[in-house]
Amino acid sequence: EGDPLITEVQPWASGFGEGVDATPYGLPIRFESDVVRRNVEWLTADTISSINFTPIHALDGTITPQGCAFERHHSGAIELSKQDYRLMINGLVDTPLVFTYADLERFPRENHVYFCECAANTGMEWAGAQLNGAQFTHGMIHNMEYSGVPLRTLLEEAGLDPAGDLSDKWIYVEGADASSNGRSIPMDKALDDVLVAFKANGEALRKEHGYPVRLVVPGWEGNMWVKWLRRVEVMDGPVESREETSKYTDTLADGTSRKWTWEMDAKSVITSPSPQSPIPHGAGPLVITGLAWSGRGAIDRVDVSIDGGENWQTARLAKPGEAKALTRFYLDIEWDGSEMLLQSRAMDDTGYVQPTKEALREVRGENSIYHNNCIQTWLVTPNGEAENVEVS
Amino acid sequence: DGYGLGRAATADEIAAWDLDVMPDGTGLPEGSGSVSDGEDLFVEHCAVCHGDFAEGVGNWPALAGGEGSLADEDPVKTVGSYWPYLSTAWDYVHRSMPYGNAQILSADETYAIVAYILYSNYIVEDDFVLTKDNFLDVEMPNADGFIVDDRETAEAHFWDAEPCTENCKDEVEITMRATVLDVTPQDDAEEAIADQAAAEEPAAEEAETQQAALDPELVAEGEKVFRKCQACHQVGEGAKNRVGPQLNGIVGASVGRIEDFRYSKPMAELGESGEVWTEDNLAAFLAKPRDFLKGTKMSFAGLRKEEDQAAVIEYLKSFEE
Repeated sequence: EGDPLITEVQPWASGFGEGVDATPYGLPIRFESDVVRRNVEWLTADTISSINFTPIHALDGTITPQGCAFERHHSGAIELSKQDYRLMINGLVDTPLVFTYADLERFPRENHVYFCECAANTGMEWAGAQLNGAQFTHGMIHNMEYSGVPLRTLLEEAGLDPAGDLSDKWIYVEGADASSNGRSIPMDKALDDVLVAFKANGEALRKEHGYPVRLVVPGWEGNMWVKWLRRVEVMDGPVESREETSKYTDTLADGTSRKWTWEMDAKSVITSPSPQSPIPHGAGPLVITGLAWSGRGAIDRVDVSIDGGENWQTARLAKPGEAKALTRFYLDIEWDGSEMLLQSRAMDDTGYVQPTKEALREVRGENSIYHNNCIQTWLVTPNGEAENVEVS
Repeated sequence: DGYGLGRAATADEIAAWDLDVMPDGTGLPEGSGSVSDGEDLFVEHCAVCHGDFAEGVGNWPALAGGEGSLADEDPVKTVGSYWPYLSTAWDYVHRSMPYGNAQILSADETYAIVAYILYSNYIVEDDFVLTKDNFLDVEMPNADGFIVDDRETAEAHFWDAEPCTENCKDEVEITMRATVLDVTPQDDAEEAIADQAAAEEPAAEEAETQQAALDPELVAEGEKVFRKCQACHQVGEGAKNRVGPQLNGIVGASVGRIEDFRYSKPMAELGESGEVWTEDNLAAFLAKPRDFLKGTKMSFAGLRKEEDQAAVIEYLKSFEE
């Protein structure tokens, strides 16, 4: 008597499994084939200039595997080899330079973990609860360990003097793809922590993330993390390119728009339970978990409410928060099996407290499109299913 | 002083890549272009996505209209209603457009297309000629519509709030539910994987027999010409309907062959009459779509060269249904 999986000899406990080299570069086992990027077709006219979403509802820890990290292209993911790669530094420098990929590998290198969040993440939720799943509401984000050269090192190599007065100087960065996706970045940031990265999570960048070289702009909106980086120009002012005027600007209720809204404010979301990750068991021990992050610093506290924001408990951080990187939080509860309205609220070390949807709308209206970092609510019913809702 | 890595960029290299144009006109090359030249160029290169009058086709961006709508519930953001600097339009058209065929426009052509976009927004008259010299005279309607990020002051209350932890609200009511809208994509990932596996083998075989009858050089030529079409039409494995229908197996197929695609009324009627996309029919349609079929939704100006038409048809023949 007992579980036949235990009492009977199973085929895998008797015969062979696969030998080494069955898959020279491994993919997840087939039972995990639903843990994939997904897109929302009606969002854009064409997948060539579009976005998809990280399956955050199915992941744990903080590092996003490259294979399921969201993609955003403006003119498709191009194939650019290391041999064909060139990086130009020009503009207001002593010596405009061209680097090959091999050159970049000879500069002293650093490793950092950072999140990259699209400014439009949660953007479909401004006017109301719309998409039913954490992947769709909050999946325009990934978090990787990058290896690369500080941009500061390359600018200095071209003769920029960081000790001089650079307070009114900017850089303009662009990619090698047809969109070029150029963005202007103030010099303070460029010299602070911007990285010219060629590895992520230990291996080469994926094509869809800018192979062989992308820019990493910690804490700032993902659009500035230019992929297939080909040129950095030191300038007297911003270019005011298409991606920093007509897009990635935030229109307020009175019709004026904010520009240069670069930092991604503190934000969090419960990834499980959530609509795509229902509770598979009844009452009893339940792990509530989610992600928190801030583009202005480190997460130092996350509160969770199970009653729609009436009462809050402080969640357990898996590790102390790291600046501009994802933080995993857990709240381990004894679920009584009754309906819950789950919310999470992140706080960072600058003292910023993640606002409610209502508080954000009071300042920004409903047409901002970008930078929606409101508190998210999931309705969890007694059968364990969850739904994206708004509450009073 | 440095690592001695990299090499000096040449003047030609910098000129080839450093194309950006700033709001004060820095970076603009010499040149000019008229609204009327711009209209022809726009119809040829841009209208396929943006419409003949820059009004936008389907989900593609409108470049004109929307004036005064920015404070509305659904603002319409176009070059005329939203863009603060004309330099942005010139720079973007010159470097990143046409979509799928970028960096083909000369400076004069870019001036002309930008002039036409201005005209479509009633910012200039129909006899206007945009030049490097009058560029900064153009007044963009929403030039004063932007403020620099003021979150740290306008939203200072998000910083100094002591977060409430007990009895923070009197009552909690659900005010909106995502399932009411029902716009979340249904999960068909597993199904798609199964379909793909089932479809792979026979498809590869068919492709081989098919390609034997085709002229590979002409197919390659057609692939290049097809860039003009691919903003709206997909071909190949997994091709889907976009602005236009997917085109796998189009040569020899019935007109209006895809049931769930919304064809124009004349196209649907032509299909009902039993018309077939013979190579001759396709060539005539590609030459001048709106002459071949008055009222077609395909806003493409046409392929004037017969060799381009033939190449695209050969290319399309390489994709089976």
